[in-house]
This record gives sequence, structure tokens and C-alpha cells, in this order.
Amino acid sequence: MNIPLPDLTPIIPEIIMSIVTCALLTVEVFVKDKTKDFLGIICIGTALAVMYMIPMSQGVTFGGMFISDGYSSYFKFIFLISLILTILISFKFIQREDAEFGEYYSLLMFATAGMMIMASSADLILLYLGLELMALSTYILAGIKRHDTRSNEAALKYFLLGAFSSAILLFGISLTYGLTTSTNIYQIAEHLKQGETSITLLIAMIMIICAFAFKIASAPFHMWAPDVYQGAPTSVTAFFSVGPKAAGFAVIGRVFFIAFESLQMDWTAILIGLAILTMAVGNILAIVQTNMKRMLAYSSIAHAGYALLGIIAGTTEGLNAVMTYLLIYAFMNMGAFAIVILLEKGENIKDYNGLSKSHPLVAAMMLVFMFSLTGIPPTAGFIGKFNIFMAAINAGYTWVVVVAVCFSAISAYYYMRIVMNMFMKPMEAEAKIYPNPANGAALLISLLMVFIIGIMPSVVIGYTFQMFM
Amino acid sequence: MQTGHDSHADKQPVNTIARTLLYVPAIIAFVYLGAIFSVQIEYPVLSWVIFLPIIGGFLIFLIPRKHEMLARATSLGLTLVAFILSLPLYINFDKTTAKMQFTEVHNWIPAWGIKYSLGVDGISILFVLLSTLLSILCVTVSWTAITEKVKEFYGSILLIEGSMIGVFCSLDFFLFYIFWEAMLIPMYILIGVWGGPNRVYAAIKFFLFTLVGSLLMLVGIIVSYYYTNKSFDVLQMMNTTYPYTIQLILFWAFFAAFAVKVPMFPVHTWLPDAHTEAPTAGSVILAGILIKMGAYGFLRFSIPLFPEAAKAMAPIMIVLSVIAIIYGAVICLAQTDLKRLIAYSSVSHMGFVTLGIFALNMQGIQGGILQMINHGIVTGALFLSVGIIYERTHTREIAHYGGAATAMPVYAAFFMIFTLASIGLPGTNGFIGEFLILLGGFMAWKLMGVLACTGIIIGAGYMLWLYQKVFFLETNPYAHYHEDVNEREFLTLLPLVVLVLWIGFYPNALLSFMEVSVQGLIDRVNVSAQQQITQNIIEVIK
Repeated sequence: MNIPLPDLTPIIPEIIMSIVTCALLTVEVFVKDKTKDFLGIICIGTALAVMYMIPMSQGVTFGGMFISDGYSSYFKFIFLISLILTILISFKFIQREDAEFGEYYSLLMFATAGMMIMASSADLILLYLGLELMALSTYILAGIKRHDTRSNEAALKYFLLGAFSSAILLFGISLTYGLTTSTNIYQIAEHLKQGETSITLLIAMIMIICAFAFKIASAPFHMWAPDVYQGAPTSVTAFFSVGPKAAGFAVIGRVFFIAFESLQMDWTAILIGLAILTMAVGNILAIVQTNMKRMLAYSSIAHAGYALLGIIAGTTEGLNAVMTYLLIYAFMNMGAFAIVILLEKGENIKDYNGLSKSHPLVAAMMLVFMFSLTGIPPTAGFIGKFNIFMAAINAGYTWVVVVAVCFSAISAYYYMRIVMNMFMKPMEAEAKIYPNPANGAALLISLLMVFIIGIMPSVVIGYTFQMFM
Repeated sequence: MQTGHDSHADKQPVNTIARTLLYVPAIIAFVYLGAIFSVQIEYPVLSWVIFLPIIGGFLIFLIPRKHEMLARATSLGLTLVAFILSLPLYINFDKTTAKMQFTEVHNWIPAWGIKYSLGVDGISILFVLLSTLLSILCVTVSWTAITEKVKEFYGSILLIEGSMIGVFCSLDFFLFYIFWEAMLIPMYILIGVWGGPNRVYAAIKFFLFTLVGSLLMLVGIIVSYYYTNKSFDVLQMMNTTYPYTIQLILFWAFFAAFAVKVPMFPVHTWLPDAHTEAPTAGSVILAGILIKMGAYGFLRFSIPLFPEAAKAMAPIMIVLSVIAIIYGAVICLAQTDLKRLIAYSSVSHMGFVTLGIFALNMQGIQGGILQMINHGIVTGALFLSVGIIYERTHTREIAHYGGAATAMPVYAAFFMIFTLASIGLPGTNGFIGEFLILLGGFMAWKLMGVLACTGIIIGAGYMLWLYQKVFFLETNPYAHYHEDVNEREFLTLLPLVVLVLWIGFYPNALLSFMEVSVQGLIDRVNVSAQQQITQNIIEVIK
């Protein structure tokens, strides 16, 4: 039997990522360097090369299972940017944390490859494959500090809950398959447009929503986030808070806008509830946190809630707003984590007391990221929120936006508390920082992007990234 | 400055005045030459006046920490240049048209139809000039008072100045909102870092109050964007007639932001804390300009965009204003803290402003705008004065003062003029503003006009009581006044005295600027109200 080789052009970025990663795993064993920095540099190089290749590799392949279009390309950019920033802030940090193993960088690469597959999958099976590739890598990453009990706990918790959510996803997928006889999202859409809405279909859809909500850490499926964020090494936390979340939104967009298009009324109603609950839980619980990483965990939950508004809008405009939002969020959140990593002790919120006296520049940068996360112009965070709100209001969900701005005002309190500690509280102990060029580069990139997008948003908005070829 | 203690104390005021007056011709010459120069060269006035301080503010952060004097001098230079650059607005302004002048339009974010659009008319021009003037005084009054983190302090002041002017000049709603919110960042830092003992609480309270209001306005802005055919252009919005229910909703959404800033009665509680705890320069900016942004918002946006809703809601606004007038004044009587008393008097005075604005007639609105300028001058001056004496005594308790007039006669004279202007004595600027507002208020609603008058009476009560407690009576053992005002402080207060008297005797100097624009605003309200009545009649006939 002669099976023709499918067109590999659209999937070349993923192939390169995988091959390089496997090669790194092998090479790393034979190299006896003290540091593993060179691995990270190779990863960054690969990521840049892949970014360069993505626009040239558009197309559909594997019998319609794999789509590389404007939509997936944009998400892949977000993943790769967050990968590059993560590696930049990791270099010296993982040495400090005794977590410098060769597989650290490989796992980051594998996780990113998984996300890229998720963003491109037009088939639920392929989607599941990508999701598991990402998830399994992230479970190990969470526990990469082998001798740290918190890290172990984080990995175990993440793994157990993640396994549950994967099972629920599979259940949803199989029910959908049973009802529509297909796992291809376009064929599912065709089928659903003709048929009646059955209760089984709704259950299947709700199960898929639950699994995706777990990935984006949306309430009430957010319980893992604070513990995992706290336990994992900070650089990994930074990666978690951006990459997997963006990947979750990528598949939500693809699956709900195409496969379940005819059920839009139903999933919108569910997502509105989820979004409001997520914003409430994230913002209100963040207020009482005393640990910086836990606070940022709840803040990232809250941001997932804002981003969901764009999905709720149910329009291309809304989807584009979500994509822009995630890109902006990647920069500002990575920046905030870069500062946490820069400090010797940055875990406790009290550690930031009087930071402006000992390290004014660090404090000033943190101030910018905090205001950006709050959404105050002229920072990028404002543009992101504004974009989302515009899309939601245009789609007629003004009341949801009013709820969102109320929670947004609540969020100001905990971000401002960091600023308050840094600038207005007396210094308790001289904070020690570990500056290094890589971390500095990550900070500089984030800072510049926060300001550039904030002042000249035209660089990121205004393009429409269609899902279809 | 050299000052003789004790034995030479009696000669000192004369010396100061004499020495200071030597500077005055130099300053007049500087401003005059600057005006001639700036009028002759062609440049985009508004952009320069906005971005010179903002860029300068960032540049000041780059000055090495040890060069404190350089930071002070740079910021003084920048505020002076910004003031000089703003003079063409005064000289070249065409008073015969209600159109926007000095306009600048560039594409900014084409995807959302957002333009970088600036312009001033008779309503906004005076605030720009007031901002540039008061900023200079904020720099000079903080010269010796701020010793910690000097460059950050002056950087913040410059950033605030630029954004405030931006708020008054923006003709694009998105741009307006950017400036409106961006100003919160330096202001939060200014109060929280250099403020009084309770500064952290005051700063976060100020921030959260303003943010909630602004975010609701943001929703309103986006809604009106879609009703204006996807445009943030304010002038285009002014020519759009929104459905009545939408007008009502949007009016209240905007009210949330503007009422907090003014502040109007139920949402005024951030103001006493923020004004009291802020450093002197912060209080001056807050009282002098920042809270005017709220009332300006009513005039620029709420009324012309939603004229029918404004007309319908005017009675509620008037009642809230009168409550603020009386409530603010009565609370002043019970204050023991110098700055807090002046802060509460702001609540009362801003009540007059909103009363005038929502009287929706020529006298009321003109009086309202004039009173905003007056309040900026007078309350700004009072906060400057309090800052000057606080630098010597380090107490704000009224009970710790007494007999200051003997030790500081020149200072006492300045304070007297500002006190009388605050009360509204004829001959000072306060009288003109309040008189016009009451005239307008009577025409709109007689009872409320009468009630508002009691505010003036109580106002005279607390201000004179304050003056008596601080400057007369026995010299308080707590008080260590040391010395009278020095040249720097004298020159800081002098321009404000000139303005108080100038506007008091010749109000037309300012009124003439706004007359045509205000007439245009009133026409807009009346015409659209007429349309509404006609529509109602048609519906009834049908």
C-alpha cells in the first residue's frame, strides 16, 4: 500500500521544535560543561528561527487535521515570546535554585511544541495530543526542584488535577464523537448545524468547557493554580501563567467558534457565569494574599476572567481582542515575574518594603508592571482591557463589562499595595538583587513593549486574524 | 537669604519687600520678552505645552541623585518655559468664535478611529494657563520643603502638569481618557511618598475613588463610541443626538467619574484626606487644578453631549450642589486641622461651581467657570500659605497657632487677602464668581439660590475664625515662627495676589474669553430641549 507523504510545510515549525529538543536531550548527556547556559541559548535561537518560519508555513495538512492560519500563527508567536522570556529569566535563576538540569530547557521546548500543536489542531484528537504533550511537560517542570517539598507537592497536585481534567476532556470528546461521528471540528460543526440540540450534546460541551477552564485556571477550576504557582520555581511559574493559559484560549476559540458555533447561546451563557466567577474569585482572594507568587496566581486567574469577555462577545473582533490581550499580558506578567526573580527574596510581599530606597530602578520598573496589570494608561494593560471591553460592548454585553470594571477597580487595591510597599513603607532589610544580562534583557523587552503598545497600540491591534484559510 | 533674628525682626519685612521688588521688573521683563518671542515663532502650542513637562519629567529621573539643586533648577526652568510657551494662547486667542482654536489633528490609532486631536475654546483655555502658572509656584514652594527623593518629586510634578493640560486640551475621548487616568500614577506617588503621617491611607483612597468613577466613565465612552458611528471625536459627538434613555444612562456613567473628581456631595470623602495628607505642592495641584477637571468634564462632555439628560437631571445636580455648599461649610466650623479646614472649604466652593454649571444659564455657567479659576487661585494660594508656615512650625493644628501676625506681618497680610477672597469680599475675585453663580442660581431655582447664600455666610464665619485663631490672640508657646516670608515665598504668593485683585476689579479680562463659547453651550442645551418638547408635542398630537 502506498500512502502519500502529507504536505509537511504547515507543520515545519513544530517539527523543528521537536527535533531540536530531542537533540538537546541527547547532547546534554555528553557535554560536561558546568553550566547549561548553552542549551538555553540554543533554545532561544531555535525559537527565533521558528518565529521567522511561521509566516511562511501557512496551510492545511494531514487531511484537515492540522491548520496553520493567521489565528494559530498569532498564538504561536505568543507561546514563543513567552518561551524566550522564560529562558531569559531562567539562566542564572535555576542555578540559584538548584534546579539546573539539562531537561529543564527541553521540557520548556516540549511544552511549547505542545501548545503550538494545540493552536493549530483542527481535530479533537490532535488537540488532545498537543494538550497532553504540554501538560506532561509542565507537570515535570512544576516539580523540577527535586529536593523541595513544596515543588513536589505542586507537581503532584498539578498532575492529579490535570489528569482529571484530561479525562473529562476525553469524555467530552468521545460523547461528541458519538453524536456527530467525527472528531474534525469542521465536520462537527456541519453536523451540529443540521441536528437538534440534545441534552447529551450539552453535557459533552460542558465537559469540554470544564477541561479548558482548568487549563486557563478559570474559577471554579482554579484551585491548583495558587499552590502550583507558589511551589514551582518562579521562572516556571512565569511560564505557566502565560503559555498554557494562552494555549487554553487558543483551543477555546477554535473549538467553540467553529465546532460549537450553533450552540453559541448555550456556551455564552455558561462562559458569562464562569467569567464573572473567575473575576470575583481572582480579584477578591488576591487581596488577602501575603505571598507574591500566590498573589500573582490569583491575579492571573482574574486576567483569565477579563480575557473570557472577548470569547463571550462571540465575534471575530472579540477573538482578536483576546489574542491581543494575551500578548500584552505575556509581556507585563513576564516583566513582573522577572522582578520577583531579580530579588534574592521576592516571595513575600513584605520583602518589597522600601525597595525604592535600596533599588529605585527596580522599584520603578515594578511600578510600571503593576500599573499595567491594573490597566492604567499609558501602559499596555489599558489597551488590552480597553480592546476587550470594546468588543464585549459592541456585542451587547455591556452589563458584563460593568461587572468587569468593578472587579478591575478592586484589583487596583492589591497591585497598588505592592507599589505602596515599595515606595511608601520604610525599608526593613536591605534587599539584595541578582542582576544579570539575560534577566535585564527580559526586563527591558517587557518594559519597552508595555510602553510601546501602551502609546502606539497600532503595532498590535487593527489586524484581523481569521481562522479560515 | 539672610535674616536678622530678634533685634532686627522689625526691619525685616521692609527689607524683604524692598529686595523682592527688585526682582519684579526682571520677572515682568522676562515674561514680556518671552511672550514676544513665543508669539513670533510658529509651533504647535498645545503639544509643546503638554509634552515639554512630560518629557522633561522623564529626563529629570536621569539626573544623578546627588545633584538635587540641578533637579530643582531644571524643573523650575521647564515649568517657566512651559508657561512662556502657553502665553500665545492668551494673546492670540480669538474671542469672537466658539470654535476650537489652536487645533492639531493627527491620525493615531486608525483601527479604532482614534485621532491625536487637540484644541481649546473659551471654556478650556483659562485652565491651561492656570495649570502652567500654578505649576511654577508648586516648584518654588517645594524648594526647601522637599529634601528626600528630590528628582522623583519634581519629575512627578512635571508629569502631572503635562497630563492635566492634556485633559483640558483633548478633543478625542480616548486621548482624554489616557491623560485623565495617567495622571493618577504620579499623583498617587506624590501623596503617598511625600505626604503627611496618614499619607498611605489617603493615597490609596484617592486612587480607588477616582478609579471606580473613571472606569464607569470608560464604559460610557465605549457605549457612546458605538452610538457615534465608531468615533471618539468629541466634536462629532457634540453634533450627534443620542436617544433619550441612552443619554440618561451615559449621563450617570459620566457623572460617576466627574462627580468623584469635583467632588460632589456623596462621593467627596476622599478629598479631605488627600488634600490634608498631600505635600503642599500636591495640595495645590489637587485643589487648584485637578478637581476642576471634574467640573470641566461636566461642561465639555456631560452637558453638550447629553443636553436633554443634563436638563432633566439639573434639579438633582443643583440639590446635590447646595447640600455640598452647606454641608462642606458647616463641617469647616468643626475642624481643628488647618489643611483639613481648607480642604472642606473646597467641597463647599466646588458646590458653588456645580450649582452655577447646572443652573444652565449664561450667568451661572460663566460664574461657574470663573469661580473654578478663582478657587484655583485662592485655594491654591491658601494651601501655599499653609505650606509656608508649616515648613516653620511643623504642625497643622489650629490650636498650636496664635499671634502669628506679630511675628510674620507680611505673611499675615498675604493670608488676609486670600482669606477675604475666599469669603468673596467685593474687590476680590471670589466676589465676582459667587455673585454670578448666585444670580444664575436664583434664575434657575429661587429656593436653592437662597440656601446657597447661607454657605457664603458660614464661609465668612469659618475663614475669619481661622484667621483670628492663627494670626491674632496671644502668641502661642507652641508656635515657633522664626521668620517672615523670604523672597522666594514672597514671589510665590505675589502673582496670586495680583490675580485676585485683577480679576476682582476687572473680571471682564477673563469673562470675555468664555462668553461666546458659553453662549454656544447654552444654545446647544436649549435647542435640543426645544426639539425634545416639539417631539413630545408631536407624539401627544398623534
